Amino acid sequence: MTGAEQPFWLGNTRKYVLLHCLSVLALAGIGQAHGASKDDPVLTMAKLDQFEVRDADGSDPLIMEGQAWIGQDLNKLWLKAELEYADSETEEAELQALYSKAIAPFWDVQMGLRKDFQPTPSRSWAVLGVQGLAPYLFEVDTALFVGESGRTALRLEAEYEILFTQRLILSPEIEVNFYGQNDEATGTGSGLSDAEVGLRLRYEIRREIAPYIGVNWFKKFGNTADFSRSEGAKVSDTQIVLGVRAWF
Amino acid sequence: MNEKKLHKFQSPLSRRRFVTGALAGGALYGLSPLGAMASPSVRKGLQPQVLRGKRFDLDIGFQPVNFTGRERIATVVNGSVPAPVLRWREGERVTLRVTNHLAHDSSIHWHGIILPTNMDGVPGLSFDGIKPGETYEYQFDVNQSGTYWYHSHSGFQEQTGMYGAIVIDPKEPDPVSYDRDYVVVLSDWSDEAPEDIYAKLKKLSHYYNFRERTATDLWQDIREKGVAQTWNERAMWNQMRMSERDISDVTGYTYTFLMNGMTPEDGWLGLFKRGEKVRLRFINSAAMTIFDVRIPGLKMTVVAADGQNIDPVTVDEFRIGVAETYDVIVEPSDDSAYTIFAQSIDRSGYTRGTLAPDASWTAEVPAMDYAPILGHRDMGMGVDHSMHGMSGMSGGTQGMSQHDMGQMSGMDHSQHGGMQVVDQSPHQGHMKPLGKAGFGSTNEIMHAPTEFGPQVDMRADSPQSGLNDPGIGLRDHERAYGRRVLTYCDICNYNPTADPREPSREIELHLTGNMSRYMWSMNGIKFADADPIELKFGERVRISLVNDTMMTHPIHLHGMWSELETGDPRYIARKHTILVQPGSKISYLVTADAYGRWAYHCHLLYHMPGMFREVRVS
Repeated sequence: MTGAEQPFWLGNTRKYVLLHCLSVLALAGIGQAHGASKDDPVLTMAKLDQFEVRDADGSDPLIMEGQAWIGQDLNKLWLKAELEYADSETEEAELQALYSKAIAPFWDVQMGLRKDFQPTPSRSWAVLGVQGLAPYLFEVDTALFVGESGRTALRLEAEYEILFTQRLILSPEIEVNFYGQNDEATGTGSGLSDAEVGLRLRYEIRREIAPYIGVNWFKKFGNTADFSRSEGAKVSDTQIVLGVRAWF
Repeated sequence: MNEKKLHKFQSPLSRRRFVTGALAGGALYGLSPLGAMASPSVRKGLQPQVLRGKRFDLDIGFQPVNFTGRERIATVVNGSVPAPVLRWREGERVTLRVTNHLAHDSSIHWHGIILPTNMDGVPGLSFDGIKPGETYEYQFDVNQSGTYWYHSHSGFQEQTGMYGAIVIDPKEPDPVSYDRDYVVVLSDWSDEAPEDIYAKLKKLSHYYNFRERTATDLWQDIREKGVAQTWNERAMWNQMRMSERDISDVTGYTYTFLMNGMTPEDGWLGLFKRGEKVRLRFINSAAMTIFDVRIPGLKMTVVAADGQNIDPVTVDEFRIGVAETYDVIVEPSDDSAYTIFAQSIDRSGYTRGTLAPDASWTAEVPAMDYAPILGHRDMGMGVDHSMHGMSGMSGGTQGMSQHDMGQMSGMDHSQHGGMQVVDQSPHQGHMKPLGKAGFGSTNEIMHAPTEFGPQVDMRADSPQSGLNDPGIGLRDHERAYGRRVLTYCDICNYNPTADPREPSREIELHLTGNMSRYMWSMNGIKFADADPIELKFGERVRISLVNDTMMTHPIHLHGMWSELETGDPRYIARKHTILVQPGSKISYLVTADAYGRWAYHCHLLYHMPGMFREVRVS
């Protein structure tokens, strides 16, 4: 295997991630005034927001978007991962390790590190974000990223739930990415870079397991679109998706 | 050997253990082996075992049970769910040797019994708990009579079956005349481990709520009222990010509701003879469920509340909060069967039993009533304001309003760890005098600074008194069904007020929480972070509770009576557990006549770890 196609779990990367997680844990430790009390036990939660196959021209990519946390009511160590796998290759892989602190009844502020393992060359960023529930029940996750060489980025995600029945739920969601600079090596352009809008209909067999079907639309803008075109990749597409949402 | 012969040699004990809920339900009470094989009609005559006397040996242990068709392990006293009925006599000294056969610490708290602090059974406050293998000897004089109950005060053991009734016969002739009595223990059973339930609530607080608004509800609203009015009506809930359908945290989705340890399918049975006065001692020993009780076709005369005799009041229906008890007299005038019907407050399930002159009779089980929906009054917005968006109500993101700041400068008060204390001692000069005993608090409601933060998601700005409120879901039962529903202002002590003094000071406590994070507290401070409430021995204080949440909380003070001010200072009702309605306030008087460290908390089991205070009397 060439260096560019090495799976991301090999090499220095493993040490790098571990270091990041430890430093975040240390931050979390400082933030806690006391140990777990009976009302506030240390809990863990892992959630697969998306685990789906998308119907595209050519090979169908497999997408995984998940989150996990360990912690208590007001302080948690939070991991977020995104993975896109197509043509027997990891096209995109991103991991965030964050310290999440409750600052308002419905909002957490999150800070930590993000590493984009794919596409290579890998990129690292410091993260400062906010996650929570906005009025009118929009789930919001937004973050500012500051990377090496003065790179900056901003991501906005919002999701809403419409209950058709107690178990049949329609979820529209949107994600938008902005970058401060062009990054030709990874194919991202400055300004509004890409947007993704999804509509997923899930059926909660249990709260914890919900298969879904939906549609996902993405579009690349500006320089990002140019980079894509020059690689022969699509600039926008609408795909049927099929997947399962799960947590425990 | 053929199968039949093998079967005959199995011990009756093991056969009993694996009997399913559909046949014989739960853990059986001290029955002869024959009981497990008996026909359903005989088996329905089961009553909880009764232990009488002055000396008792109680064993806490594990017991396989089966309420749903799946076997689970319960934590029990003397092998049964509910635990045996303890029958004491007023004036006697009782000794109870409690041995813990569990793998973890346990305890027993005698709920509503006035006794020395080291006999109260609360680990950390009364004693260190009963370690596995150890025996603790409780001994105290019984100086009261009535219907009470006992339960574990360790972990979540109360959820897994450790509860039972206490009946104390009075030494003077009982003012209540009756021909026979039955204990009716209401409870909630889940096959899930309680720690799992708690974790699920932390991760998804509406996990158990399957009655949320759907697109169909929205569409119906739009068709009936138009888009503009629907938008305005929904605006409040949308801005608060709360659900108007959030009534019970844990619901019939996981609970099977029990009456005397029997499922609604099995149906507990109490026999009577026509013309008899039957005394039913209702006890709510559930972990998280408030029940609404009625007996279709029979009026109930309520004669005691929380073990204390009251002026009899005849009703058709009453709400019994977790840990409350109500004694009612029914007088069936004909040879019919009646259903004792107890539906959960959110209408996600019910339990039922039968009162009949013959063991083979049953009565029709009514359908549950409609599921309640919260309204403005329950948000603490006072009586039905029109839709002015956020006016009059503090949502989670707002800081202290000008209204609050104005109050603070005008009042001379001390803030003890965020707690509002109004001192009526002579040197405090220009104070507004405290409300008169029996009539409640007249003080302005103040929200302490500690109530603002990620741990509190709302505050009630205009809480109304909960005294004449039958509660959510019951307010229109009189109008709609012709059923008179009991309210707290119907409750008058049968005996005169023991301590006629006016309160010398008033302590205002707010019941607070963040539903979506599932955090509960008082004044925004959870138990682990809170200072004790200090009372001076002998003083008479008023406790004023303000419910800054939309849930109904049963608040229980150990060791001393909570004297509920229902409007007559001469006959103030004595209770041990008081339901505080959503967005409402209520007050009661306490004479601090018991030295020690006492627990004071919401009796909803999964609120208890946070919504808890130590009350220290010295």
